[in-house]
Amino acid sequence: MIRTPLCDLVGIEYPIFQGGMAWIANAQLAAAVSNAGGLGIIAAGNAEAAWVRNQIQTVRTMTDRPFGVNIMLLSPFADEVAAVVAEEQVPVVVTGAGNPSKFMESWLAAGIKVIPVTPSVAMAKLVSRQGACAVIAEGGESGGHVGDLTTMCLVPQIVDTVGPNIPVVAAGGIADGRGIAASFMLGAVGVQVGTRFLVAKECTVHQNYKNHILKARDIDTMVTGKRLGHPVRSLKTPYTRQYAKYEYSTMSDEDLEALGAGALRRAAVDGDEKEGCYLAGQIASLVTREEPAADMIREMFAEAEQVLKGAGKWVK
Amino acid sequence: MSTTNNTFDRVVSILRDNDIDETIELTPDSTFEEIGLDSLAVVEIAMQCEDEFGITIEMEENPKTLGQFVDFVNSLLEKKE
Repeated sequence: MIRTPLCDLVGIEYPIFQGGMAWIANAQLAAAVSNAGGLGIIAAGNAEAAWVRNQIQTVRTMTDRPFGVNIMLLSPFADEVAAVVAEEQVPVVVTGAGNPSKFMESWLAAGIKVIPVTPSVAMAKLVSRQGACAVIAEGGESGGHVGDLTTMCLVPQIVDTVGPNIPVVAAGGIADGRGIAASFMLGAVGVQVGTRFLVAKECTVHQNYKNHILKARDIDTMVTGKRLGHPVRSLKTPYTRQYAKYEYSTMSDEDLEALGAGALRRAAVDGDEKEGCYLAGQIASLVTREEPAADMIREMFAEAEQVLKGAGKWVK
Repeated sequence: MSTTNNTFDRVVSILRDNDIDETIELTPDSTFEEIGLDSLAVVEIAMQCEDEFGITIEMEENPKTLGQFVDFVNSLLEKKE
């Protein structure tokens, strides 16, 4: 059995968070992960506050266990969503794609555990000082919004900066027990997994999206959007290749922005093969089958336990 | 040289050390967006300024311009004194 301080901090059985995937991570997926002993997370993405409130209330009908809401700080509705999570007193708030400083005080006052995604040491230092109870060190292997550093390099540096008082959750490039074990070796006490949970039986994303993940190869992802300052990792498709061409053309920023608008929704909701953008982490090729979230978690931690127990064989 | 100018120059020096586009002129009216800094990069600069000036920078919202940021740093330096 693997148990770390993160379990007690958040009230979970396994030290694993489900990544906040916009248009994908809804109440159904979050409840499945929380019921399986991890921390299920509703992704607010660019959604309006009313949708987020509805999802929070729905997940509460599906599980008695802790859950979280991921707030994408670039969202035009971030202020309203920030207020909703405080009103609803959600157990955990995870933030991404920005600096959550201006919301910290109100969330802490509402008794919320705040756990920001931190793609750099500076951000981890800042949020830990402001009351974050843990941080997620997310490397650029992850799907969606990405930073420059890899998980291997980022996690130990953040651990050295905020540890041991602030637990560090590793994210980016983790989809099995080996990834969990490696994360622990780097000093993390938990992991966040996105891409693998995307193909969970309980995940309501369009089947085309799941199929793309299931057949992905190791070199099938790419990063676009650097020119606009918001790089994202997604699967290589005719759409993303075309987008990349435009990114390095004379197309205006406004037109480029318009080209990307709605592309994730088209993939996740409509399964649009032509105009959809299929966000995914580099680890997608390791994800080969659909199964219940609970089976995924049990299998990952059974493997992690074996890997960790076996690690001593190299010490002579 | 006034404190303000001195602080501005030191902040500019930090910015220049962070691979800011050399062709961009840095003035008090330069916005961080014009300089090419997103919220993550602004936090990075703020943390480096903490070390440079021996202060703690708690910003609820990222400042819009370089001048606003320098004013904020100066206000913290005054409190420190």
